[in-house]
Amino acid sequence: MTAIAMAEPFPGERAVTDDVVREHKLNATEYTAILTLLGRTPTLTELGIFSALWSEHCSYKHTKPVLRRFPVDGPQVVQGPGENAGVLRLPDGWAVAFKIESHNHPSAVEPYQGAATGVGGILRDVFTMGARPVAVLNSLRLGPLDDARNRYLFAGIVKGVGDYGNCMGIPTLGGDVCFSPCYTGNPLVNAMAVGVLRESDLITARAHGVGNILLAVGASTGRDGIHGASFASEDLTSESQKRRPQVQVGDPFTEKLLLEASLELITGGYIVAIQDMGAAGLTSSSAEMAARGGVGVEVDTSKVPTREAGMTPYEIMLSESQERMLVVAEPHRIEEIQRVCRKWELDATAIGLVTDDGIFRIVHDGRVVAAIPGQELVDGCPMYSPPAEESATAKARRSLTPSLKGPEPVAALERLLDAPTIASKRWVFEQYDGTVRANSVIPPGSDAGVLRVAGTDFGIAMTVDCNARHVLLDPYEGGKGAVAEAARNIACTGARPLGVTDCLNFGNPEKSDIFFQFTEACRGIGDACRAFGTPVTGGNVSLYNQSPMGPIDPTPTVGMVGLLADVNKTVPSHFQYNGDAILLLGETRGHLGGSAYWAEVLDTVGGAPPSIDLAAERALQDVLVEAAERCLLTSAHDLSDGGLAVALAECCIGGPWDIVTMGAEVDLGRHADSVSDEGWLFGEDGARALVSCSPTYVVEVQRLAHAHGIQCHYLGLVGEDGSDVIIRRDGRAWQWPVARLRAIYLDAIPRRMAAVTTADGGS
Amino acid sequence: MTRVAVVRFPGSNCETESLLAVTRAGGHATLVDYRDTDLGQSDAVILPGGFSYGDYLRSGAIARFAPVMTAVKTLADAGGAVIGICNGFQILCEAHLLPGALQHNAQQRFAARPVDVRIERTDSVCTTDYEPGEVIRIPIAHGEGRYVADEATLDALERDNKVLLRYVTVPGTDMPYNPNGSMRDIAGICNSTGTVVGFMPHPERLAEQELGSDAGQRFFTSLMRRVASGVAA
Repeated sequence: MTAIAMAEPFPGERAVTDDVVREHKLNATEYTAILTLLGRTPTLTELGIFSALWSEHCSYKHTKPVLRRFPVDGPQVVQGPGENAGVLRLPDGWAVAFKIESHNHPSAVEPYQGAATGVGGILRDVFTMGARPVAVLNSLRLGPLDDARNRYLFAGIVKGVGDYGNCMGIPTLGGDVCFSPCYTGNPLVNAMAVGVLRESDLITARAHGVGNILLAVGASTGRDGIHGASFASEDLTSESQKRRPQVQVGDPFTEKLLLEASLELITGGYIVAIQDMGAAGLTSSSAEMAARGGVGVEVDTSKVPTREAGMTPYEIMLSESQERMLVVAEPHRIEEIQRVCRKWELDATAIGLVTDDGIFRIVHDGRVVAAIPGQELVDGCPMYSPPAEESATAKARRSLTPSLKGPEPVAALERLLDAPTIASKRWVFEQYDGTVRANSVIPPGSDAGVLRVAGTDFGIAMTVDCNARHVLLDPYEGGKGAVAEAARNIACTGARPLGVTDCLNFGNPEKSDIFFQFTEACRGIGDACRAFGTPVTGGNVSLYNQSPMGPIDPTPTVGMVGLLADVNKTVPSHFQYNGDAILLLGETRGHLGGSAYWAEVLDTVGGAPPSIDLAAERALQDVLVEAAERCLLTSAHDLSDGGLAVALAECCIGGPWDIVTMGAEVDLGRHADSVSDEGWLFGEDGARALVSCSPTYVVEVQRLAHAHGIQCHYLGLVGEDGSDVIIRRDGRAWQWPVARLRAIYLDAIPRRMAAVTTADGGS
Repeated sequence: MTRVAVVRFPGSNCETESLLAVTRAGGHATLVDYRDTDLGQSDAVILPGGFSYGDYLRSGAIARFAPVMTAVKTLADAGGAVIGICNGFQILCEAHLLPGALQHNAQQRFAARPVDVRIERTDSVCTTDYEPGEVIRIPIAHGEGRYVADEATLDALERDNKVLLRYVTVPGTDMPYNPNGSMRDIAGICNSTGTVVGFMPHPERLAEQELGSDAGQRFFTSLMRRVASGVAA
């Protein structure tokens, strides 16, 4: 073999043996590829670099071919996948940058810091595009709250998410929180950030210009988070607690300074490119920026400011210390850049330069300790196409039916409203600042958050959704359903869905049944996105989400943004006026397979979930958006978990801090059909929404729905403040005082959290 | 036109909406850097919300030493209008421009929600446009908002009419009306002349109908009126 470029071991570093290779989670195929690529044995620094960039987290080695099938184009796309965040066009020269990312493994062992740094990382992804972050959302999945450790994880994760965003002064506008035994031992923390920019200020992470300088901006580099990317690429085991030192520690105050400095550097035109030092730190940021630009880079690790003396190039390259940026700039700009950074009390240090030989080279005190062909380092990881086959267990689950007989509907609805997955998340988002910056038109607690863009007429609606139980039971339909639910939530506010970012949380892809879930869920997401004209602009894959208790339910979280042309026409989720008419849009078939009713009330996770009619979903979105534009509706709420009964209860219960709660009286009897009572009340057919309007608009709304081929059923009237919720059908009636429903709905989580314990000596 | 300085500490994050609230009320607002040593020709100064220096130690504990605070004290001593909102209130207490302290919320969790507060005094620099005893609903967002002081100080605040805002309960609400365990339900206080004021709620965040309510805007119209009429320095 002939070496392409030479490198020598850093003094004192270990020799690269088979054991050391195994420790770095590189298999025989991958190590052979490295030997071939280098033409020699790698140094330890090089091995560490490969292990980070060829981890699942950075290389997408099991998933890339599947992800390539997502639709990524559209007239609204400014920047598709492959950059730090996707960017979509808004009116008047504005654009929205957004992305979702997981921080599951760190949060499983150190919930507070794991969750906090998850928020920090995703914010940096957005502001490195030149966008000012304007909102964060998150999707949290935990084991049941009757378990002390789950409560500890939940409390720590919520506090971590909250403290970071609160300190940064970025409102949390929404999210979803679900509980299921499958997340015990492997919670999910998915954070999404949304930013706004002038399209002309867009900057990418593409190094170019031979001789240009690389600068490290922000925090200095410590020994925290080394090997974080490879930790995120393995199963969680009883040994995982030992990984706690690998969890990074967040400093939102420094991040705030970094945000302001970065935006000033970008909009002031001082720099060529910028990238966050996120997973795999300086390694991934420098290697990826170089590969995108088709150039080489040379980094001198002895120039990187460190928190302690004696750090080796290996440690410096693999540290995941937070709140750091890598900037590329022309040499004559360095002083100006340092002046801007000083204003924000940050350091900017030249640590390397762009070269013309395509080699990713690391030097330390004049010694070359790593020299790797740059393009191959980023793109050369062997790709895998594991077998994908549905397990017999999974198939059998679809034909399961409950063996219990259900309770009376009155008790059943109360059980559903008390289920933490369905219940109010007020306990969660009262820890998140939802109103800072004074642009939140709809703060958390509704179908989707809505934010106005200061100085314009329009607003941005945003949501995150996924019904993992549906995905477990039928990955394809569940994948479609996740996108459809997100789009319904967006459209209920009156906004037109614009695009998607996804966070694909799955188990070990080397197992054929898991890989089947992955490929099928992605196929579903892709088909739905094509049908809705909402391209996928990026996201993140998190695999190996399994603990000794088994894999998580497949959880492809869909983050979506939408455009409200006139933010003053935003439609709220909850009933507003006594005497308004209540209408149900869409067709009810009473589909109970995979429902929350079966799972929460009848203890059965089974059956086939509803199949999603994409054309009907699209038509429903059109009806909701057009009705909002014409100011026909006073409220709109999508039907999902728990079906019509839960949606009606939520519309009456009102927002988390409302003083007024509305009654309602509806009659399902006028729609004679073969659907069972349970099917009407709790079925989860897609493409439905519950809306209210002034009685004078009923005919208009019906006409509009019918023009789009959507059924529109008049159900009844909104009642007065504090009255009863009454549902009638063919002589039967079910009745609840709204105050009782509200109390159950709001108290479900606080009641369970009243006994917060520090199971693990944590916060 | 009334000139209002809004101080930006490195970790301030409510300066933009504070500036806008002043502008909407007809004032002229400018940002002042925490490293500046004078407030120019300002008639009033607002210390906005946020996390001045990250506030990992204790909210406002470092900010009180910022260069700009000398000028803030000078303005306060001269009878000028000094308003601390949330983190600004914490800083005013740390700087001993107002008595007492703000501790971690009793429930040990951040609290972001609307609160109902009663305007206890309508002759302060920022409450003249409210009716005496009027109850308004505006947001809070803080982890350290529990107002504490010794009994003598609390009694003196009550006796001297220095309690500006108090948390109250309204019919229909199902939240604890006192969101953080503040003593005597105190949400905001002022000095005896009503020119130095500090409070935890954020009126600047709910000051336009477009966001559902303009309940907070009269804090800023009051300020313009009082300063223009020359009551403050």
